[in-house]
Amino acid sequence: MISLIVASLVIFACIEVIPGDPASFMLGINAQPDTVAALREELGLNASLSVRYLSWVTGMLSGDFGTSYTYRTPVAEIIAERLWLSLPLALIALGLTVFIAFPIGILAATKRGSWTDMSVMGATQLGIAVPNFWFAMLMVLLFAINLRWFSAGGFPGWDNPFAALKALTLPSIALALPQASILARVMRSALLDTLSEDYIRTCRAKGLTRRQALWRHALRNAMIPVLTIIGLQFSFLLAGAIIIENVFYLPGLGRLVFQAISQRDLIMVESVVFLLVFAVIIVNFAVDLAYAWVDPRLRARV
Amino acid sequence: MTRWILGTVAATALLTGTAFAKTDVTIGLQLEPPHLDPTSAAAGAIDQVLYSNVFEGLMRFAADGSVVNGLAKDWSISEDGKTYTFTLHSDVKFHDGTDLEASDVVFSLDRARAEDSVNAQKALFDNIETVEAEDNLTVKVTLTAPQGNFLFNMAWGDAVIVAPESIDDIKVKPVGTGAFMFNDWKQGDSITLVRNQGYWGDAPKLEEATFKFISEPTAAFAAMMAEDVDAFYSYPAPENLAQFEADPRFTVLAGNTEGETILAMNNKQAPFDNILVRQAVSHAIDRQSVIDGAMFGYGTPIGSHFAPHNPAYVDLTGNSEFNPEKAKALLAEAGLANGFKTTLKLPPPSYARRGGEIIAAQLRAVGIETEISNLEWAQWLEQAFRGKDFGLTIVSHTEPMDIGIYARPDYYFQYDNPKLQKLVADLDVEVDATKRTDMLQSAQMIISADYVNGYLFQLALTSVVNAKLQGLWPDAPTQAIDLTGVSWSE
Repeated sequence: MISLIVASLVIFACIEVIPGDPASFMLGINAQPDTVAALREELGLNASLSVRYLSWVTGMLSGDFGTSYTYRTPVAEIIAERLWLSLPLALIALGLTVFIAFPIGILAATKRGSWTDMSVMGATQLGIAVPNFWFAMLMVLLFAINLRWFSAGGFPGWDNPFAALKALTLPSIALALPQASILARVMRSALLDTLSEDYIRTCRAKGLTRRQALWRHALRNAMIPVLTIIGLQFSFLLAGAIIIENVFYLPGLGRLVFQAISQRDLIMVESVVFLLVFAVIIVNFAVDLAYAWVDPRLRARV
Repeated sequence: MTRWILGTVAATALLTGTAFAKTDVTIGLQLEPPHLDPTSAAAGAIDQVLYSNVFEGLMRFAADGSVVNGLAKDWSISEDGKTYTFTLHSDVKFHDGTDLEASDVVFSLDRARAEDSVNAQKALFDNIETVEAEDNLTVKVTLTAPQGNFLFNMAWGDAVIVAPESIDDIKVKPVGTGAFMFNDWKQGDSITLVRNQGYWGDAPKLEEATFKFISEPTAAFAAMMAEDVDAFYSYPAPENLAQFEADPRFTVLAGNTEGETILAMNNKQAPFDNILVRQAVSHAIDRQSVIDGAMFGYGTPIGSHFAPHNPAYVDLTGNSEFNPEKAKALLAEAGLANGFKTTLKLPPPSYARRGGEIIAAQLRAVGIETEISNLEWAQWLEQAFRGKDFGLTIVSHTEPMDIGIYARPDYYFQYDNPKLQKLVADLDVEVDATKRTDMLQSAQMIISADYVNGYLFQLALTSVVNAKLQGLWPDAPTQAIDLTGVSWSE
């Protein structure tokens, strides 16, 4: 709660000091000064900073994020609409990440030093190094322009779930690739760490095979750093997809913030950033719960 | 797209033998409208989607830029040039089913010129004294003084007719009288219009039109190549145009806009308060290499603040021909033989960013060092436009017939010449066409001779269009994508 209050203050202060006036942006270079003044009045920009901060915060408490300066519709509605894209996109990308990273991470750890391990390490290094927007453009070139299997971008909405999923396929692959590479490496090194612990040696001494020791004991213990990374990755995917959203012209949260900043739709920027802070706090909480689930020792402390 | 494919497949499968005529179109646009009220924002994207399609004014622009009757069936001007009487078409209905009446016109014009109006072009309505409904279909507009441009002004997107019944929701649910009705807006993605079955004029051929918003040039390229969009209006990456021209699936439309692209100089800031320095800057610029380098050859050189396709245009590029030696001599004459340092503030469009680099190099060649700063629009408006804190800046003035800005001494480039101010004031009240042409020409000559700004080029409009799509306007006499005449061949 306290972190939310601090966050709201910091966000508001940082964003309100950006130079540029939303009213003159909207009216362009032929507008007369009295028109700009009239619009500022209409938008409520003439009120003092503290009044505006209080009305923003109290509004949010009742679920009212205010009205966008540019779109002139409630901020909450716009954000909700964008979340319908960003949240599924982040979830699919995260699912793909886990789906790719777990098997290859485990594989690399069990066959440490083998050529499998080497090629996994090489491939993930490449996956981290390749910029995801470039990879996205290559996919567009191949699958949209040459093969015509997918559209080059855009999002048709969830009225037709199949078309919507299809539209999210390429973007989620592009987002998942570097994340999966990171996660696979984390998985591998976490597993290697636990595999060298004393209790694993004890397990082996009791007669478990290396494989049994890994699946029954090491994996669960290696999950703590992996979960931490997954939590961070989810927060990143929710807000950090701006470039991928631009490549595939998807109406997501990232592009909303980007547009809102250039249009000086301050209330929109503030609300989205605040929402993201909120999301990060929730995700961290969920990760804490997951720690407790994998590690009974932490359960006592929660 | 999917539906179209399915439709094609179905049509082929049925072997009906008749050609399948496509009746919907998807047009790519770089910028999304912030909201859908053309009468309360400057954003060109609003007019691009709605002008002439959803909203109509008393007058309208035709494809060649001429002003023709819109909702007004007829009009007459009184002897003293101060009273305009408009007769409206009788069978016009708004999309919500209500009739267009004279009272709607009174409402629209009064709203635009009201004290608390937020119309971005409020100056268009400055001269109006009263607007009255004579009867249900007749509107009388009385001006404070005769105004030569009045009918032209009434054709602007900012002067479209709206209805009091639907005004509260206009920003999200626009209700006009046009050939297309607003259907759906997926914010951040697309806007869909559908044919207005009860349209009073000629029915359009298209049944549905979708505007898709794609801001990234690379994404625009992909969308066009994958044929996700049928046309990309004002295609943002001129470097790809040659490739589209070579591809038989597409045609490239190259037309004119009303955008005079200028290297604006701060006329009140030293050393630009000295005409010799401004003249030197003008001679230091090689327009053609700016056009070739920044715009890949698309653009027409200009020598004054006036569109070359306008009948009243005078070619004054000779006043400021590229001549670096002369520029150096002029600088020496102004006491700046060793050159000087100034700022060059560039807004985001590529004409400014790319053109700025080239111009900076050309100015350096005559001894003028520029410190380039790239600004976002909001910053540019704050610093350069409102704060007048700049030496040089590059911007394209896209409003049609906007030479009147030179009569505003507080305008950002701060040109203050009583002679021109008088001329523009006289021009406002002059109704005789020949005299107006003369006056417009003198105005061009005055600002050219005063070297107010560096005049670069008329911004070209380059759109990439599916080769089978016809009827799109090649030029942009106003920011409009008029779909009423668009259709598919075969």
